[in-house]
Amino acid sequence: MQEIINIFVKSIFIDNMIFAFFLGMCSYLAVSKTVKTSMGLGIAVVFVLLITVPLNYIIDNYLLKEGALAWISPKFATIDLSYLSFIIFIAVIAAMVQLVEMFVEKTSPVLYAQLGIFLPLIAVNCAILGASLFMQERQYNNVGEVTAFALGSGIGWLLAIVGIAAIREKLRYSQIPTPLKGLGITFIITGLMAIAFMSFLGIKL
Amino acid sequence: MAGFNFKLIKNPLSKENPITVQVLGICSALAVTAKLQPAVVMAISVTVVVAFSNLIISYLRNTIPPRIRIIVQLVIVSLLVILVDQVLKAFVYDVSKQLSVFVGLIITNCIVMGRLEAFAMSNKPFDSFLDGIGNGLGYAVILITLGVVRELFGSGSLWGYQIIPDSFYEMGYQNNSLMIMPPMALILVGIIIWVHRARNKDLCEK
Repeated sequence: MQEIINIFVKSIFIDNMIFAFFLGMCSYLAVSKTVKTSMGLGIAVVFVLLITVPLNYIIDNYLLKEGALAWISPKFATIDLSYLSFIIFIAVIAAMVQLVEMFVEKTSPVLYAQLGIFLPLIAVNCAILGASLFMQERQYNNVGEVTAFALGSGIGWLLAIVGIAAIREKLRYSQIPTPLKGLGITFIITGLMAIAFMSFLGIKL
Repeated sequence: MAGFNFKLIKNPLSKENPITVQVLGICSALAVTAKLQPAVVMAISVTVVVAFSNLIISYLRNTIPPRIRIIVQLVIVSLLVILVDQVLKAFVYDVSKQLSVFVGLIITNCIVMGRLEAFAMSNKPFDSFLDGIGNGLGYAVILITLGVVRELFGSGSLWGYQIIPDSFYEMGYQNNSLMIMPPMALILVGIIIWVHRARNKDLCEK
Protein backbone atom coordinates (compact mmCIF):
# COMPACT_ATOMS: atom_id res chain seq x y z
CA MET A 1 0.00 0.00 0.00
CA GLN A 2 2.74 2.43 0.97
CA GLU A 3 4.53 1.72 -2.30
CA ILE A 4 1.39 2.68 -4.24
CA ILE A 5 1.00 5.99 -2.40
CA ASN A 6 4.68 6.75 -3.01
CA ILE A 7 4.30 6.19 -6.75
CA PHE A 8 1.15 8.31 -6.78
CA VAL A 9 2.74 11.31 -5.03
CA LYS A 10 5.97 10.94 -6.99
CA SER A 11 4.22 11.02 -10.36
CA ILE A 12 2.21 14.12 -9.44
CA PHE A 13 5.00 16.29 -8.12
CA ILE A 14 8.49 14.96 -8.83
CA ASP A 15 8.04 13.28 -12.22
CA ASN A 16 5.44 15.80 -13.36
CA MET A 17 4.54 15.16 -17.00
CA ILE A 18 4.89 18.79 -18.06
CA PHE A 19 7.58 20.20 -15.84
CA ALA A 20 9.99 17.27 -15.83
CA PHE A 21 9.34 15.57 -19.20
CA PHE A 22 7.54 18.18 -21.33
CA LEU A 23 4.92 15.67 -22.44
CA GLY A 24 1.71 17.00 -23.96
CA MET A 25 3.19 20.46 -24.47
CA CYS A 26 1.33 21.03 -27.74
CA SER A 27 -2.15 20.84 -26.28
CA TYR A 28 -0.86 22.44 -23.07
CA LEU A 29 0.06 25.58 -25.04
CA ALA A 30 -2.95 25.53 -27.35
CA VAL A 31 -5.77 24.95 -24.87
CA SER A 32 -4.55 26.92 -21.83
CA LYS A 33 -6.20 30.22 -22.68
CA THR A 34 -9.03 29.94 -20.14
CA VAL A 35 -9.37 27.96 -16.92
CA LYS A 36 -12.67 26.39 -17.93
CA THR A 37 -11.54 24.71 -21.15
CA SER A 38 -8.20 23.67 -19.65
CA MET A 39 -10.08 21.97 -16.79
CA GLY A 40 -12.13 20.05 -19.38
CA LEU A 41 -9.05 18.87 -21.25
CA GLY A 42 -7.26 18.03 -17.99
CA ILE A 43 -10.11 15.81 -16.80
CA ALA A 44 -10.27 14.11 -20.20
CA VAL A 45 -6.53 13.37 -19.98
CA VAL A 46 -6.84 11.87 -16.47
CA PHE A 47 -9.76 9.75 -17.69
CA VAL A 48 -8.00 8.38 -20.77
CA LEU A 49 -4.69 7.78 -18.93
CA LEU A 50 -6.52 5.83 -16.25
CA ILE A 51 -7.95 3.47 -18.89
CA THR A 52 -5.11 3.11 -21.41
CA VAL A 53 -2.04 2.75 -19.18
CA PRO A 54 -3.24 -0.28 -17.16
CA LEU A 55 -4.61 -1.83 -20.37
CA ASN A 56 -1.28 -1.39 -22.14
CA TYR A 57 0.49 -2.81 -19.06
CA ILE A 58 -1.60 -5.96 -19.29
CA ILE A 59 -0.97 -6.26 -23.04
CA ASP A 60 2.75 -5.67 -22.58
CA ASN A 61 3.05 -8.26 -19.82
CA TYR A 62 0.99 -11.03 -21.36
CA LEU A 63 1.67 -10.57 -25.08
CA LEU A 64 4.70 -8.47 -25.97
CA LYS A 65 7.52 -8.89 -23.45
CA GLU A 66 10.24 -11.48 -23.89
CA GLY A 67 8.82 -14.71 -22.52
CA ALA A 68 5.39 -13.17 -22.02
CA LEU A 69 3.73 -15.71 -24.26
CA ALA A 70 4.83 -18.61 -22.03
CA TRP A 71 1.32 -18.82 -20.56
CA ILE A 72 0.03 -20.20 -23.88
CA SER A 73 2.64 -22.87 -24.26
CA PRO A 74 6.26 -23.26 -23.09
CA LYS A 75 7.29 -23.36 -26.75
CA PHE A 76 6.66 -19.62 -27.05
CA ALA A 77 8.85 -18.70 -24.06
CA THR A 78 11.67 -17.33 -26.22
CA ILE A 79 9.54 -15.04 -28.40
CA ASP A 80 10.15 -11.31 -27.92
CA LEU A 81 7.57 -9.07 -29.57
CA SER A 82 8.55 -5.86 -27.82
CA TYR A 83 9.51 -4.18 -31.12
CA LEU A 84 5.78 -4.12 -31.85
CA SER A 85 4.97 -2.14 -28.73
CA PHE A 86 4.82 1.34 -30.36
CA ILE A 87 2.24 0.32 -32.93
CA ILE A 88 0.17 -1.75 -30.47
CA PHE A 89 0.16 1.02 -27.84
CA ILE A 90 -0.94 3.71 -30.26
CA ALA A 91 -3.62 1.41 -31.70
CA VAL A 92 -4.95 0.68 -28.20
CA ILE A 93 -4.96 4.39 -27.38
CA ALA A 94 -6.75 5.40 -30.57
CA ALA A 95 -9.31 2.62 -30.18
CA MET A 96 -9.92 3.35 -26.48
CA VAL A 97 -10.38 7.06 -27.14
CA GLN A 98 -12.99 6.21 -29.76
CA LEU A 99 -14.75 3.78 -27.38
CA VAL A 100 -14.67 6.20 -24.45
CA GLU A 101 -16.12 8.88 -26.68
CA MET A 102 -19.03 6.68 -27.77
CA PHE A 103 -19.61 5.42 -24.22
CA VAL A 104 -19.67 8.90 -22.71
CA GLU A 105 -21.95 10.14 -25.49
CA LYS A 106 -24.52 7.42 -24.71
CA THR A 107 -24.36 7.46 -20.92
CA SER A 108 -23.74 11.05 -19.87
CA PRO A 109 -24.65 13.81 -22.34
CA VAL A 110 -23.61 16.48 -19.81
CA LEU A 111 -20.09 15.09 -19.50
CA TYR A 112 -19.97 14.59 -23.26
CA ALA A 113 -20.79 18.23 -23.88
CA GLN A 114 -17.86 19.17 -21.65
CA LEU A 115 -15.30 16.60 -22.82
CA GLY A 116 -16.58 15.94 -26.33
CA ILE A 117 -14.41 18.29 -28.34
CA PHE A 118 -11.25 17.34 -26.43
CA LEU A 119 -11.48 13.57 -26.67
CA PRO A 120 -10.37 13.20 -30.33
CA LEU A 121 -7.45 15.55 -29.65
CA ILE A 122 -6.21 13.25 -26.93
CA ALA A 123 -5.35 10.32 -29.22
CA VAL A 124 -2.38 12.31 -30.46
CA ASN A 125 -1.43 13.89 -27.12
CA CYS A 126 2.14 12.86 -26.29
CA ALA A 127 1.32 12.62 -22.58
CA ILE A 128 -0.89 9.58 -23.20
CA LEU A 129 1.57 7.59 -25.32
CA GLY A 130 4.43 8.87 -23.15
CA ALA A 131 2.82 7.48 -20.00
CA SER A 132 2.48 4.05 -21.63
CA LEU A 133 6.13 4.10 -22.74
CA PHE A 134 7.33 5.20 -19.29
CA MET A 135 5.25 2.40 -17.79
CA GLN A 136 7.11 -0.05 -20.02
CA GLU A 137 10.51 1.43 -19.19
CA ARG A 138 10.12 1.72 -15.41
CA GLN A 139 8.95 -1.86 -14.85
CA TYR A 140 6.24 -1.61 -12.23
CA ASN A 141 5.36 -4.73 -10.30
CA ASN A 142 1.59 -4.97 -10.57
CA VAL A 143 -1.55 -3.36 -11.94
CA GLY A 144 -2.14 -1.40 -8.72
CA GLU A 145 1.16 0.45 -9.03
CA VAL A 146 0.53 1.14 -12.71
CA THR A 147 -2.91 2.56 -11.97
CA ALA A 148 -1.45 4.80 -9.26
CA PHE A 149 1.18 6.00 -11.75
CA ALA A 150 -1.47 6.72 -14.40
CA LEU A 151 -3.73 8.60 -11.99
CA GLY A 152 -0.81 10.58 -10.56
CA SER A 153 0.53 11.59 -13.98
CA GLY A 154 -2.94 12.64 -15.08
CA ILE A 155 -3.49 14.77 -11.99
CA GLY A 156 -0.03 16.30 -12.36
CA TRP A 157 -0.85 17.27 -15.94
CA LEU A 158 -4.23 18.69 -14.85
CA LEU A 159 -2.56 20.78 -12.12
CA ALA A 160 -0.04 22.17 -14.58
CA ILE A 161 -2.54 23.16 -17.28
CA VAL A 162 -5.04 24.71 -14.86
CA GLY A 163 -2.21 26.62 -13.18
CA ILE A 164 -0.88 28.11 -16.42
CA ALA A 165 -4.41 28.90 -17.64
CA ALA A 166 -5.11 30.89 -14.47
CA ILE A 167 -1.85 32.82 -14.90
CA ARG A 168 -2.57 33.49 -18.59
CA GLU A 169 -6.00 34.89 -17.76
CA LYS A 170 -4.32 37.46 -15.52
CA LEU A 171 -1.49 38.11 -17.99
CA ARG A 172 -3.91 39.49 -20.53
CA TYR A 173 -4.02 42.73 -18.53
CA SER A 174 -0.31 43.14 -17.97
CA GLN A 175 2.20 45.02 -20.07
CA ILE A 176 4.54 42.68 -21.92
CA PRO A 177 6.98 43.61 -24.72
CA THR A 178 5.11 42.93 -27.99
CA PRO A 179 7.43 40.23 -29.39
CA LEU A 180 7.17 38.32 -26.11
CA LYS A 181 3.37 38.35 -26.02
CA GLY A 182 1.48 35.08 -26.17
CA LEU A 183 3.81 32.17 -26.81
CA GLY A 184 7.09 33.62 -25.53
CA ILE A 185 5.88 34.67 -22.11
CA THR A 186 3.98 31.39 -21.69
CA PHE A 187 7.23 29.48 -22.15
CA ILE A 188 9.11 31.63 -19.69
CA ILE A 189 6.37 31.32 -17.06
CA THR A 190 6.22 27.57 -17.55
CA GLY A 191 9.96 27.55 -16.94
CA LEU A 192 9.51 29.49 -13.70
CA MET A 193 6.75 27.10 -12.61
CA ALA A 194 9.07 24.20 -13.39
CA ILE A 195 11.73 25.75 -11.14
CA ALA A 196 9.14 25.91 -8.38
CA PHE A 197 8.28 22.24 -8.92
CA MET A 198 11.99 21.37 -8.74
CA SER A 199 11.84 22.09 -5.02
CA PHE A 200 9.95 18.81 -4.65
CA LEU A 201 13.08 16.97 -5.86
CA GLY A 202 14.49 16.97 -2.35
CA ILE A 203 11.63 14.89 -0.96
CA LYS A 204 12.72 11.34 -0.21
CA LEU A 205 9.89 8.86 -0.40
CA MET B 1 8.38 16.16 -61.84
CA ALA B 2 6.99 19.69 -61.61
CA GLY B 3 10.19 21.56 -60.85
CA PHE B 4 12.11 21.88 -57.63
CA ASN B 5 10.21 24.22 -55.33
CA PHE B 6 12.98 25.71 -53.23
CA LYS B 7 10.59 27.75 -51.07
CA LEU B 8 9.27 24.57 -49.48
CA ILE B 9 12.68 24.01 -47.90
CA LYS B 10 13.56 27.62 -47.16
CA ASN B 11 10.35 28.86 -45.52
CA PRO B 12 10.23 26.44 -42.57
CA LEU B 13 13.77 27.44 -41.57
CA SER B 14 12.68 30.83 -40.31
CA LYS B 15 9.36 32.37 -41.40
CA GLU B 16 7.29 29.23 -40.86
CA ASN B 17 9.54 27.50 -38.36
CA PRO B 18 7.69 24.48 -36.95
CA ILE B 19 8.70 25.19 -33.35
CA THR B 20 8.68 28.95 -32.91
CA VAL B 21 5.88 29.88 -35.32
CA GLN B 22 3.66 26.84 -35.89
CA VAL B 23 4.16 25.63 -32.25
CA LEU B 24 4.49 21.98 -33.22
CA GLY B 25 6.68 19.31 -31.70
CA ILE B 26 7.68 21.14 -28.55
CA CYS B 27 7.75 18.09 -26.29
CA SER B 28 10.72 16.34 -27.80
CA ALA B 29 12.53 19.58 -28.63
CA LEU B 30 12.84 20.38 -24.94
CA ALA B 31 13.51 16.96 -23.53
CA VAL B 32 16.41 15.77 -25.67
CA THR B 33 18.52 18.93 -25.84
CA ALA B 34 20.50 18.74 -22.60
CA LYS B 35 23.41 17.42 -24.72
CA LEU B 36 24.29 18.11 -28.35
CA GLN B 37 24.65 14.53 -29.58
CA PRO B 38 21.13 13.27 -28.72
CA ALA B 39 19.72 16.52 -30.11
CA VAL B 40 21.37 15.93 -33.50
CA VAL B 41 20.33 12.26 -33.60
CA MET B 42 16.75 13.24 -32.71
CA ALA B 43 16.69 15.96 -35.37
CA ILE B 44 17.84 13.51 -38.04
CA SER B 45 15.28 10.88 -36.97
CA VAL B 46 12.42 13.37 -37.02
CA THR B 47 13.45 14.70 -40.44
CA VAL B 48 13.51 11.18 -41.87
CA VAL B 49 10.12 10.29 -40.38
CA VAL B 50 8.42 13.54 -41.48
CA ALA B 51 9.81 13.39 -45.01
CA PHE B 52 8.92 9.75 -45.67
CA SER B 53 5.51 9.80 -43.97
CA ASN B 54 4.65 12.91 -46.01
CA LEU B 55 5.74 11.06 -49.16
CA ILE B 56 3.75 7.90 -48.41
CA ILE B 57 0.59 9.70 -47.24
CA SER B 58 0.74 11.97 -50.26
CA TYR B 59 0.79 8.95 -52.59
CA LEU B 60 -2.17 7.46 -50.74
CA ARG B 61 -4.08 10.71 -50.22
CA ASN B 62 -6.81 9.97 -52.76
CA THR B 63 -7.50 6.45 -51.50
CA ILE B 64 -7.71 7.10 -47.74
CA PRO B 65 -11.32 7.49 -46.53
CA PRO B 66 -11.48 10.80 -44.63
CA ARG B 67 -13.22 9.29 -41.57
CA ILE B 68 -10.39 6.95 -40.67
CA ARG B 69 -7.48 9.03 -41.91
CA ILE B 70 -6.03 9.63 -38.42
CA ILE B 71 -5.70 5.88 -37.79
CA VAL B 72 -4.14 5.31 -41.22
CA GLN B 73 -1.67 8.14 -40.61
CA LEU B 74 -0.80 6.81 -37.15
CA VAL B 75 -0.14 3.31 -38.52
CA ILE B 76 2.17 4.58 -41.28
CA VAL B 77 4.02 6.90 -38.91
CA SER B 78 4.46 4.18 -36.29
CA LEU B 79 5.86 1.80 -38.90
CA LEU B 80 8.50 4.40 -39.84
CA VAL B 81 9.25 5.09 -36.17
CA ILE B 82 9.74 1.38 -35.46
CA LEU B 83 12.25 1.27 -38.32
CA VAL B 84 14.09 4.33 -36.99
CA ASP B 85 14.10 2.90 -33.47
CA GLN B 86 15.57 -0.42 -34.61
CA VAL B 87 18.26 1.36 -36.64
CA LEU B 88 19.19 3.57 -33.68
CA LYS B 89 19.34 0.57 -31.34
CA ALA B 90 21.61 -1.24 -33.79
CA PHE B 91 24.08 1.55 -34.60
CA VAL B 92 24.06 4.13 -31.79
CA TYR B 93 22.88 2.17 -28.77
CA ASP B 94 24.11 4.70 -26.15
CA VAL B 95 22.22 7.60 -27.71
CA SER B 96 19.14 5.45 -28.14
CA LYS B 97 19.25 4.72 -24.37
CA GLN B 98 19.52 8.46 -23.60
CA LEU B 99 16.60 9.31 -25.87
CA SER B 100 14.57 6.56 -24.13
CA VAL B 101 10.84 7.11 -24.71
CA PHE B 102 11.28 10.11 -26.96
CA VAL B 103 12.01 8.01 -30.04
CA GLY B 104 8.63 6.33 -29.61
CA LEU B 105 7.05 9.70 -29.04
CA ILE B 106 7.94 10.79 -32.59
CA ILE B 107 4.67 8.98 -33.44
CA THR B 108 2.65 11.59 -31.59
CA ASN B 109 5.04 14.42 -32.42
CA CYS B 110 2.78 17.21 -33.58
CA ILE B 111 5.16 18.12 -36.44
CA VAL B 112 4.50 14.81 -38.14
CA MET B 113 0.72 14.85 -37.73
CA GLY B 114 0.50 18.57 -38.37
CA ARG B 115 2.38 18.45 -41.68
CA LEU B 116 0.46 15.36 -42.79
CA GLU B 117 -2.86 17.10 -42.18
CA ALA B 118 -1.85 20.52 -43.41
CA PHE B 119 0.29 19.65 -46.41
CA ALA B 120 0.58 16.02 -47.51
CA MET B 121 -3.19 15.41 -47.66
CA SER B 122 -3.57 18.05 -50.38
CA ASN B 123 -0.27 18.18 -52.30
CA LYS B 124 1.79 16.16 -54.75
CA PRO B 125 4.24 13.53 -53.44
CA PHE B 126 7.48 15.27 -54.39
CA ASP B 127 6.39 18.63 -52.95
CA SER B 128 5.28 16.88 -49.77
CA PHE B 129 8.66 15.18 -49.49
CA LEU B 130 10.42 18.56 -49.77
CA ASP B 131 8.02 20.05 -47.23
CA GLY B 132 8.89 17.22 -44.85
CA ILE B 133 12.63 17.82 -45.28
CA GLY B 134 12.17 21.58 -44.83
CA ASN B 135 10.19 21.21 -41.63
CA GLY B 136 12.61 18.63 -40.32
CA LEU B 137 15.48 21.06 -40.91
CA GLY B 138 13.55 23.91 -39.26
CA TYR B 139 13.11 21.65 -36.25
CA ALA B 140 16.80 20.71 -36.39
CA VAL B 141 17.92 24.37 -36.30
CA ILE B 142 16.14 24.98 -32.99
CA LEU B 143 17.23 21.65 -31.50
CA ILE B 144 20.88 22.22 -32.36
CA THR B 145 20.85 25.79 -31.03
CA LEU B 146 19.35 24.57 -27.76
CA GLY B 147 21.75 21.64 -27.62
CA VAL B 148 24.82 23.83 -28.14
CA VAL B 149 23.79 26.45 -25.55
CA ARG B 150 22.72 23.95 -22.93
CA GLU B 151 25.72 21.64 -23.26
CA LEU B 152 28.26 24.47 -23.51
CA PHE B 153 27.07 26.33 -20.43
CA GLY B 154 25.70 23.33 -18.54
CA SER B 155 28.59 20.88 -18.87
CA GLY B 156 31.34 22.99 -20.46
CA SER B 157 31.62 20.63 -23.42
CA LEU B 158 30.31 20.03 -26.94
CA TRP B 159 29.58 16.58 -28.39
CA GLY B 160 31.17 15.17 -25.22
CA TYR B 161 34.51 17.00 -25.75
CA GLN B 162 35.55 19.58 -23.18
CA ILE B 163 35.50 23.11 -24.65
CA ILE B 164 35.96 25.39 -21.68
CA PRO B 165 39.64 25.08 -20.67
CA ASP B 166 40.75 23.88 -17.24
CA SER B 167 42.37 27.24 -16.50
CA PHE B 168 38.88 28.83 -16.42
CA TYR B 169 37.78 26.38 -13.75
CA GLU B 170 40.93 27.13 -11.73
CA MET B 171 40.00 30.82 -11.84
CA GLY B 172 36.67 29.96 -10.23
CA TYR B 173 34.44 29.43 -13.28
CA GLN B 174 31.50 27.14 -12.55
CA ASN B 175 29.20 25.20 -14.86
CA ASN B 176 25.64 26.42 -14.65
CA SER B 177 23.91 23.19 -13.70
CA LEU B 178 20.48 24.81 -14.07
CA MET B 179 21.14 24.72 -17.85
CA ILE B 180 20.84 20.94 -18.00
CA MET B 181 17.69 20.92 -15.84
CA PRO B 182 14.26 20.97 -17.56
CA PRO B 183 13.16 24.54 -16.58
CA MET B 184 15.99 26.22 -18.44
CA ALA B 185 14.96 24.55 -21.71
CA LEU B 186 11.55 26.21 -21.45
CA ILE B 187 13.04 29.61 -20.67
CA LEU B 188 15.56 29.32 -23.53
CA VAL B 189 12.81 28.49 -26.03
CA GLY B 190 10.91 31.52 -24.71
CA ILE B 191 13.97 33.69 -25.36
CA ILE B 192 14.49 32.23 -28.86
CA ILE B 193 10.85 33.04 -29.69
CA TRP B 194 11.33 36.55 -28.31
CA VAL B 195 14.40 37.23 -30.46
CA HIS B 196 12.82 35.65 -33.52
CA ARG B 197 9.66 37.75 -33.23
CA ALA B 198 11.52 40.93 -32.44
CA ARG B 199 13.32 40.54 -35.79
CA ASN B 200 10.16 39.59 -37.71
CA LYS B 201 7.58 42.10 -36.55
CA ASP B 202 4.75 40.56 -38.57
CA LEU B 203 4.86 37.41 -36.42
CA CYS B 204 3.94 39.23 -33.17
CA GLU B 205 0.60 38.43 -31.57
CA LYS B 206 -2.02 41.21 -31.46
